[in-house]
Amino acid sequence: MDKDYIIQTKDLTKKFGEFTAVNAITFEVKKGEIFGFLGANGAGKTTAMKMLIGISTPTSGEASVAGFDVFKNPNDIKKNIGYMSQKFALYDDLTVKENITFFGGIYGLSREKIKEKRCQLVDELGLQEVVNELVSSLPLGWKQKLAFSVALLHEPKIIFLDEPTGGVDPITRRQFWEMIYKTAHNGTTVFVTTHYMDEAEYCDRVSIMVDGKIEALDTPKKLKEQFRADTMNDVFLKLARG
Amino acid sequence: MKKFVGFIKKEFYHIFRDKRTLFILFGMPIVQILLFGFAITNEINNVNIAILDKSKDATTLEIIHKISSSKFFSIHQNIETEAEIEAVFKKGIVKAILVFENDFSKKLTKENVATVQIITDATDPNTANTISNFINSILQKYQQEINKDIQIAYQIIPQTKMTYNPELKSVFMFVPGVMTIILMLVSAMMTSISITREKELGTMEILLVSPIKPFQVIIGKVFPYIFLSIINAIIIILLGVFVFKMPIQGNLLLLGAQSILFIITSLSLGILISTIAETQQTAMMISLMGLMLPVILLSGFIFPVNSMPKILQYLSYLIPAKYFIIILKGIMLKGVGISLLWKETLILTVMTILFIVLSIRKYKIRLE
Repeated sequence: MDKDYIIQTKDLTKKFGEFTAVNAITFEVKKGEIFGFLGANGAGKTTAMKMLIGISTPTSGEASVAGFDVFKNPNDIKKNIGYMSQKFALYDDLTVKENITFFGGIYGLSREKIKEKRCQLVDELGLQEVVNELVSSLPLGWKQKLAFSVALLHEPKIIFLDEPTGGVDPITRRQFWEMIYKTAHNGTTVFVTTHYMDEAEYCDRVSIMVDGKIEALDTPKKLKEQFRADTMNDVFLKLARG
Repeated sequence: MKKFVGFIKKEFYHIFRDKRTLFILFGMPIVQILLFGFAITNEINNVNIAILDKSKDATTLEIIHKISSSKFFSIHQNIETEAEIEAVFKKGIVKAILVFENDFSKKLTKENVATVQIITDATDPNTANTISNFINSILQKYQQEINKDIQIAYQIIPQTKMTYNPELKSVFMFVPGVMTIILMLVSAMMTSISITREKELGTMEILLVSPIKPFQVIIGKVFPYIFLSIINAIIIILLGVFVFKMPIQGNLLLLGAQSILFIITSLSLGILISTIAETQQTAMMISLMGLMLPVILLSGFIFPVNSMPKILQYLSYLIPAKYFIIILKGIMLKGVGISLLWKETLILTVMTILFIVLSIRKYKIRLE
């Protein structure tokens, strides 16, 4: 395994009965980059991601995440990754503080560490006023930022974001991408799925999945050159229409 | 372990911050047991009856006095002719009419036989039945009193004795039944809802991605409900004992152990439901339709299983609640020990293991 890569897969495949959801994908993600994982709904990107985060066992192929094998050490992978879904899943009936304590706790952080992290997080997000309020009372944009920060509590080497900007307004999306940049700047690798093609432009490198296969993988700039397109949207349309 | 404590703390926050959950947990058991205990009852109290006494002699007066002095009946009116009977019933106040024949006393002493007719309003068949049984028993008692000085050879007097529940107190039947339903409901429905809730919110995914193990998640979700169900069982038993004066003949420890077994059976059923259901609503529907109705109808709680069609009887063997009601009645009312209840205990244990194995298999398939 190459030291510069944090994710490596080779012919990673997932079948459900006769249906092949992910068909022998091979790719690498470099340490510290923002990797965009693109594809239409049903192209297999969620399934592929589930294999990488250890909640779905691949049918065949190889993959390592954060230096651990997905077959042999899924539990070690879990300790070293963060995950945020498009639902920004936090507990609505718990306060901001309780949510932080709970999620810190299940990652095995010590009480002191949780407290330190909480203060830091509350300061950064400007949540001082609402730290003892129920999460249900927060606006969507705050929930999203909080969910993202909570996923980073245990300082994972890599964070997986599953369509993190679904259903939020453009300004919030913009702010959220600033957080992603900051995270990547601090050395955490970001693996993000999205179907907003403008967001693909923000990534260091993107892969595009079509029908279970990775059809393209490069920097946005090179992909646009390769497909002679002006935007990533055009690249995607050309690929998807074959 | 520390992770686990944090998890359980979180579960208690969920429970204590949701008023609906709290009501189902603690309001409902109390409401149900009081409802069943006080309102739905087979006992009769101060039932209005009417008398048509054609002979009006010493014997009939004595019988009437005996009936009216019991707490079960009060004489609402006396009527003079048979033609009035229908009109009296139609008013709906009088539930039974006693008709003494002519020359009652004379016939009784001379011919040894005199008849009294008991006419009941059978629009409510259960009550009618109970009323006629009560009147019969008063008559029999009187008969024994007047016969006690007279020696008649080979006289056979049928004697019905209601054992274990001599006063036919229906609440004694309802306490085990309600306890079964509540434990089933709290354990199975509440856990299945609370697990599917995490699925719906997307937090289940987050938990599965975290280093916490799936079985820790499940045990963490189930644990508070074991605790709360035990409290519930204690509340119900205390209500039964102190409000309804229900005796507990058997071993309290055995009662406790059996209750915990049944709680675990129900919890494992709840887990199984949550592996099938995607949403809280589905979980609730499955719990209500799939568990509550069969439990109420087929467990022998209200309707005796023996008088059901064969197919329903076979079906009732599949209902865990049926065995728990047998166990509860055995311990509470008859005071029997494990030596007579081992079969039911074994069945419940096997069912529990089966539910758990099925859940694990289902769970694995889902993860694939």
